[in-house]
Order: sequence, then C-alpha cells, then structure tokens
Amino acid sequence: MAYKHFEAIEKHAGLLGILIAIMVSLGGLAEITPLFMEAHSVKAPPGVHPYDPLRLIGKDVYVANGCYLCHSQMIRALRFETERYGHFSTAAESVYDRPFQWGSKRTGPDLARVGGKYSDDWQRMHLMNPRSVVPQSNMPGYPWLANNKIDAADVQARMRTLRRLGDPYSDADIAAAPAAVEGKTEMDALIAYLQGLGIKNEPATAKAAAAPASDGAAP
Amino acid sequence: MSQGIRMPNTEHYNDKVVRQFLLAAAVWGIVGMSVGVYAAAELMWPALNFDIPWLTFSRIRPDHTFGVIFAFGGSALMGTCYYIVQRTGHARLALGRLAGFTFWGWQLVIVLSMITMPLGITQSKEYAEPEWFIDILIAIVWVSFGVVFFASLARRRIKHIYVANWYYGAFIIAVGLLHIVNNLALPVSMWKSYPIYSGVVDAMVQWWYGHNAVAFFLTAGFLGMMYYFVPRQAQQPLWSYRFSIVNFWALISVYMWAGAHHLMYTALPDWVQSVGMAFSLVLLMPSLGSAANGLLTFNGSWWRLKTDPAAKFMVMSLVFYAAATFEGSMMAVKTVNSLSHYTDWTIAHVHSGSLGWVAMITIGSLYAMAPRALGRPEMHSRKAMELHFWLHIMGTLLYVGSMWTAGVTEGLMWRATNPDGALTYGFLDSLIAIRPMYLIRWSGGVLILSGMWVMAWNLWYTAADARARLIKPIPVPIPEPVPHQVPAPLPAAG
Repeated sequence: MAYKHFEAIEKHAGLLGILIAIMVSLGGLAEITPLFMEAHSVKAPPGVHPYDPLRLIGKDVYVANGCYLCHSQMIRALRFETERYGHFSTAAESVYDRPFQWGSKRTGPDLARVGGKYSDDWQRMHLMNPRSVVPQSNMPGYPWLANNKIDAADVQARMRTLRRLGDPYSDADIAAAPAAVEGKTEMDALIAYLQGLGIKNEPATAKAAAAPASDGAAP
Repeated sequence: MSQGIRMPNTEHYNDKVVRQFLLAAAVWGIVGMSVGVYAAAELMWPALNFDIPWLTFSRIRPDHTFGVIFAFGGSALMGTCYYIVQRTGHARLALGRLAGFTFWGWQLVIVLSMITMPLGITQSKEYAEPEWFIDILIAIVWVSFGVVFFASLARRRIKHIYVANWYYGAFIIAVGLLHIVNNLALPVSMWKSYPIYSGVVDAMVQWWYGHNAVAFFLTAGFLGMMYYFVPRQAQQPLWSYRFSIVNFWALISVYMWAGAHHLMYTALPDWVQSVGMAFSLVLLMPSLGSAANGLLTFNGSWWRLKTDPAAKFMVMSLVFYAAATFEGSMMAVKTVNSLSHYTDWTIAHVHSGSLGWVAMITIGSLYAMAPRALGRPEMHSRKAMELHFWLHIMGTLLYVGSMWTAGVTEGLMWRATNPDGALTYGFLDSLIAIRPMYLIRWSGGVLILSGMWVMAWNLWYTAADARARLIKPIPVPIPEPVPHQVPAPLPAAG
C-alpha cells in the first residue's frame, strides 16, 4: 500500500482514533459474544442450585479475602490433575460464581473438590493457624473470621441483587435467609462454603465418571 | 531547530503536570515495590501477617499489583504522555485545568483503592479489584485523560502525528474500553457488588481484560514511551519509521485475541483456547518487531552505553521486552502451558516483563525526562544512576531466575507419576522444594527496592530548582507550516 494511504490516517487524529477503536474491538467481539450468547441458552444442570445463604456468605468471605490468589478452583482436563484433585471441572459448576473463582496460581492446592475431604474441625483449626495441622504450610492464619458475625439484612440484600442478575432465588428463600445465618460467624460460613465445593455443585455426570482424563499428561 | 521557527512567542510547555506525575511515579514505585517485598517475605515467613487482616498476603497482593501497575506505571505513563504530546506537536497541552484534574483524580483513585482493597472491599477480579464506586471514578478520570490527550493532538502544529502518540492513543482508547466492559456490576451496597457476568463468561471477560491490561497498559503505553525516548537518547531517528507503522497495527489488533491463553485446558470452550493460542503465536512478530526497531535505533550510537545509564536502561528494557514476549508466546502453546500454568513460572514471566521491560523503560525515560522537566542540564548524580542500573538488573535476574526454577520444579513435580500410575509427590512436597527459591526471590526484590530509593534520592536533588521555584517555563518552538513531512521530524530538544 502506498504511503499516501497511511498519510491520511497519520495526519488526522480523529480518523486515527476511530481506526484504533475498530481494530481493538474485533478480538473481544469475536471471542466474548458467542460465549455470552451461549450462556443464555445453557441452563444450570439438575443438581446445581444457587448458593444457600450461609454458603453464599462463605463464598463472599472467600472472595473478599482474596483466597483465589493462591488457590485455584479449576481442575484441568489433564491426567495428573484429575488423579490429584478428582474429575475435571466443567463450565456448569461455576454458573453461580460471581466473580468466577478459577484462579491463576497455586501456591496452595486446588480447591474445586475439597468439600468433604477434611472434617469441619480440621478446616477450623487450619484456618485459625494452618501450621497447627500442616507444619510446613506457608498459608497465613485467618483467626479474625471467627469473631465476625454475619449481618442478616446484608444477606438478604445480596440475594436480592443476585436475583436481579438472574439467579433463581425465591421470595421464600430470601425470607428464610436470616434464620439460616442466625448466630453464625464468617468462619462458619467459609467452612460451609469449602465443605460444599465439588459436592453441592457437582453435575450428576461427573459423579458417575471415574477419571476420564484427556491427552498429553505423560511425564 | 533554528530554521523555520518564529521567535519570540508567548506559548510555553505545561510541565507542571508532568512534574507532578514524575513525583507520583517515584513515590508509588517505592510504595508498590515495598508492598511486593513484604508480600514475598510473607510467602517465606507466613507469621508476618501477625494475624492482622489487612496485613495478610491475600489482602495486600492486590495493593502490590495495583501499586506498581496503575500507581507507578500509570503515573509514569500519564506524565510522559503529557510531555511527549506537547514536544511532538510543538504545542502547549490543551485544557490545563482538566489535565490538573486527571492528576489529582488519579491520585485519589490510587489512595482509595489501596486503602479499601486490604480492608476486604474488593471485587477480587485480578488487576480490576477496586469496587464499583472507585471504578466509576477511574472511568471519569480516564475519559478526561483521553479528552486532554486528543484535544492536545488537535491543537498540534506539526501536521504529522508522531508514532509515540499512536501508542498512547491506543493505550487510552483500549484501556477505557476494557475497564468499562470488565467492571460492569450491580452494587449491593457501597462496599459490595456482583459482576453481571458469571462463571465461564466472567472468566473470558476477565482474561480478555487481564491480558489486554498487559497489552495496552504495560505494552502499548510503554512502547509510546520507548518510541519517543529511545531516539532522543540515541540522538538519531528511529531505525525504520515504516516498520513502526506495520508493528503498530499488527500489535493492537492481534493482542486483543490472545486473552484465552490464560485459560488453557479449563472449562472454556476448546475453540476459544485454540484461537487464543494461535493469535499468541502470531503476536510474536509485532512484538519482536517493535523490540528490534528500538534496539536497531541504537545502531551507530552504541558507544553511548558507556557514558549514559539512561540509554543502558532503555537497551536492557528492549532486550527484556523481546525475551518476555517470546516467552509469553511459548507459554501460550498448550503443551508448554500444561506445565507452566498455576506455577511460579507465570510469576517469573510477569516479572521479567514488568521489572525487565516496563520498569526499565520507565526508569530510563524518567532519567531522560526529569532533567528537562526540572530545568537542569542533567541528573544530579550519574554514579547513582549507574548504581541503580546494577541494583535493578541484579535484582531482576535473581527474581526471574529463582521463579523460573521454582515454576519448572512445581510443574514437573505436579505431573510426575510412578510406573503404577500413582502420583509421585504430594502437593506439599512441591512447596517444600521451592522454599529456597522464595528466599532468593525476596532478596532480589530487596535489591530492586534499594535501587528505587537511589533513584528517589537522585530525583530529589535534581529537583532542587523546582523545589525552590526557580524553574523558567520552556517556550514552545513554533515552526512554519510544512506542507509535506515524510516521515515526521525528530522531536525538538527541550
């Protein structure tokens, strides 16, 4: 292309700006729009329900404390991953996660299917002081969670907001929420959330399959 | 630059806002890296959070990333952008008061974010952690920044828009777009909101944002800096102006497709992963092209490396840029990614890009710009610049080397299996194995932070005239209209 075509762009700030805006929009449009369309047609599979009030608060405690910075919740479709953590994660499992908690770094292990792996007491001791149960751990303690009481009105506000975004909470669910979190602490909520991971939201097909790993995992 | 300039004139460059951003960059650089050093120490010695919520690793890590990317990097980018758009257009910055607002607005954004995030008021979307009310403020400041920039371009006296400005323009437009789309959320209260996206869509939007925050904040913006300050420091024109055009359009269009490489082997649809990988490989060409264009600009001027530490920072930054983008494309290959993902290799890659490329081009550019903006012939101490260079490069090598070792160790241990198919190592084994690497990483961080203090000391003394309010504003050289300039003239001195 002759230089004069570029010259027009390079001498007109407005034209330059418009062309930049077009060029940078293409990638996102091509990759995000189809997923967005698909998300509306894909319904949560049977067995996957929105978080109950206590686990919802637990998830929000997990989010607020930035747990995702050291723990992923995404078991990749690789043999050594499924061997260590269980069935690979599916898209349906995180339909109620706002924001998604797949993570990007494992300073600690993946938690996608940690539910039921340890007892509630183990989880509590571990969160109070990780080195009391895992001496070599480098995870910080989160003892203050045991002192923070849950605000019932806040739970309802959160559920109403999520309903406006499309999560299927009924009026009865929201009315019953204060009773479910009565007297509970953020520690209780976080433990309830962790104990539900990989159990409460696991699709029925995943339970049946043993370890259907994909390719490329041989060391 | 004496020919064709009508003297005298009454217009002066607006360097006040440039000096403000320069000061902010130095301060936030130290703050952001201090948080990083502390966070690295916590990974070695976890008791360092003293069971205080806001001092805990997971709470301060966003302060480190926000502090170095948006506070340090952002202030440096906005300051150099205002400096360059005036020099290359031979015109004073437009809308001086709005430019002042962008400075104070951005500082307010930084302070609010860095206070709220450790208190647990966070969206917990990586690199987009601040809550909704701060996001709105960011959007307002960002649009104002764009208005000042394009209004300044509109009143330029050089018809041709110099290449550095294209990069700044792309940086402003794309980051605005990314920020708004990724942060759409419904507030529950002042302190909590839920994103409108969930699960797999949220993942794709987040990494479209996250990857292109790297592309447009940490690459396009700093390439703008490079395209101005490298020719200035080498004292000769760009190696190839036409090559910069090709690289520009390729870079900004291809980068936006590559975000999916952060989600390999996940529940993201396979076709998106493959598209992300393919575009990541195509991205090699404009990335290496830009690095080559910068490095070759020093051809015939390499002797300056012996005497000019700022040039040394710039050349090393381009070497790291080439290396880090090559590494990035390789890590986007699915086979490599299956080993590197979730490990400290990612941390190594990010820091070879950020400490090697971003920080070094910034520091080099600040050393080049500071004396001019502060009314001094040169930096206060060349020895201190030299010391800073060696502290920074040694720290970066220790950091990146240790995290590479840690990452590959983790990747190999996680996938190791015995002949019977059982896993060889427990997760904890890999953590114990990389402990020494965490210590080396921390010591590298300490060296880099010390270097930043040396820079701050040097800037403080270079700014003596500015502090005494002795600075005379620099007049704008107003050229005669030139009908046909191909390519643009080298930016004027001053």
